[in-house]
Amino acid sequence: MPFREAIRLALQVIWAHKMKSFFSVIGVFIGVMFLIAVVTVVEGMNRYMTDQVAGNFLGVNTFQLRRYPDFNVGNISRETWREWVRRPRIEYDDALAAAAAITVPAITAWESVSSAEVAYRDKSARIRVIGATEDYFELRDWKIEEGRAFSTQEARNGIPVVVIGSVVAEGLFEDLDPLGREITIRGLPYRVIGVVESQGKVFGFSLDEFAVAPALSPVKRFVNPPRVVDILLVKTQSMDDMETAMADVEAVMRSRRGLRPAEEDNFALESAAGVLDFWGQINRILMTVLPMLVGISLVVGALVIMNIMLMAVSERTREIGIRKSLGARRRDILRQFLVEAATLATLGAAIGVGAGLGLAFLVRATTFMPATVAPVWIGVAVALGAGVGIIAGLYPAARAARLDPVEAMRQE
Amino acid sequence: MRELIRVHGLTRQYEMDAETVYALRGVDLTIRENEYVAIMGPSGSGKSTLMNLIGCLDTPTAGDYWLNGVEVSKMKDDSLAKVRNREIGFVFQTFNLLPRATALHNVELPLIYAGVSARIRRERSASALARVGLADRMEHRPSELSGGQRQRVAVARALVNEPSILLADEPTGNLDSATSADLMAVFATLHGQGQTIVMVTHEHDIAEHAQRLVTLRDGTIHSDSLKEAA
Repeated sequence: MPFREAIRLALQVIWAHKMKSFFSVIGVFIGVMFLIAVVTVVEGMNRYMTDQVAGNFLGVNTFQLRRYPDFNVGNISRETWREWVRRPRIEYDDALAAAAAITVPAITAWESVSSAEVAYRDKSARIRVIGATEDYFELRDWKIEEGRAFSTQEARNGIPVVVIGSVVAEGLFEDLDPLGREITIRGLPYRVIGVVESQGKVFGFSLDEFAVAPALSPVKRFVNPPRVVDILLVKTQSMDDMETAMADVEAVMRSRRGLRPAEEDNFALESAAGVLDFWGQINRILMTVLPMLVGISLVVGALVIMNIMLMAVSERTREIGIRKSLGARRRDILRQFLVEAATLATLGAAIGVGAGLGLAFLVRATTFMPATVAPVWIGVAVALGAGVGIIAGLYPAARAARLDPVEAMRQE
Repeated sequence: MRELIRVHGLTRQYEMDAETVYALRGVDLTIRENEYVAIMGPSGSGKSTLMNLIGCLDTPTAGDYWLNGVEVSKMKDDSLAKVRNREIGFVFQTFNLLPRATALHNVELPLIYAGVSARIRRERSASALARVGLADRMEHRPSELSGGQRQRVAVARALVNEPSILLADEPTGNLDSATSADLMAVFATLHGQGQTIVMVTHEHDIAEHAQRLVTLRDGTIHSDSLKEAA
């Protein structure tokens, strides 16, 4: 029997028993649905992590010198945590020495963050207050929408000027022009000199609820202990430069801290690559667990299909006998039932792909999690479905093919 | 006329609960081209077994069977399927049509297994149905046809591959006497056109239509007689 004929026949049979067909492929359907849903979300997260998170929080070719890592995989043991909080802080002198030690073209900036209340007349808001140096805006790639950033002079001398995020500007001033107005940060008077263009949202959180003031200005009283910064940010022009700069900073910090070669760094150097590495680990875990789950449901799906096909063979024994009497060879019968099982499972997989995509986009619509269609995986899913069908159909089809025509036609 | 079927010492035994049951014990039979043979015998006489063996649905335990000059008694499953497809057209008591398929598709089946292209398949099947007077019933399913019409679909299916032998197993067993007479008229016409027909029946008046009557008893040939030309 030609292949096309077999498929036509299979579709006819499947269509004639729509409900039964659907329930028999539910295992394959569910397996493929979750495969596609998870892969689509993971793929979306991948892109998101690379484009948004890494870019926004850390920036391209940028690394941080800080006391202990910010991004971590899994639980941090109590011992590790204790070791981290015992570490010395990054001091002004550390940051200056580290910046001076870099041997490749780079821009650097300090960053110290604290949550604080800002107020203008009767309005106030609790936001992130960042103590920074003058190159901070360029390093973060933040565009000043109105006004200007603070100057080197203002930064050196700790002048109480502030650049605010767009959400803060709207919240405090509404329609008023924020520039030149006096606000208070934890009661300390500051003059607004600029507003930063909106950065949008990541994971549903606004990136625009901040105020940046010179690190040496009065905010230093509450953002950190005296002469301490949270982070030294370093941005280079290329990935290679970044690695060189990281090595430079590590060397100078180790020597300042008097670490012996056997001792580990008691500070952290973190880059976007590091964060992506962290995400990569989550990704790997997902991609290990997922195939197992999908595998289990496909095995269950295969068993169900095999059962259904065995039932179909026994229900259609007479038909098989008739076909054989008319000249069907073993391979014709084998092919008929294999194609039927494969078609059934492939249809189940195809519906599963549709449902999986639907699920992924539902997740995207209702949560912050992104979703991106991965065409390769759709192919993989459909191929898996067909494969499961063929494997599940093999035994029933072989049984059908071996039936004795006389015996088979005797069946009622 | 040329020999179509020649069986010699044909034996078929079944093992049943450690007991050997002989369905056929050494049958010799020769059937020539364009003969019209009826095989009769009481139940248990082995006529169905002989039918299955002649129809290549079963293989003998001993003896040999030459069909159209080829020894088929030693053939394996798939070769037998090929022989059934090309040489034999079956008409069964219970019609054995596929219930979900249309009359046309039922008739197409032997051509599908012969690997005939879809277009030629349709043409030949339609003309086979037209020959048995069912040109206007091609898209009907078996359940929408009367018993006589179903059996005529089966005849069309049996003949569509132009087989050497039309093998009918109690073809009128499920038909009333009027439709039985119709079917016998169809057989007579086919015989007149040169078709070789072998028919198993237990009804004497049906067997009357054949030229030659073979009776079986206890797995052997009891009598073999030619009817006087009418």
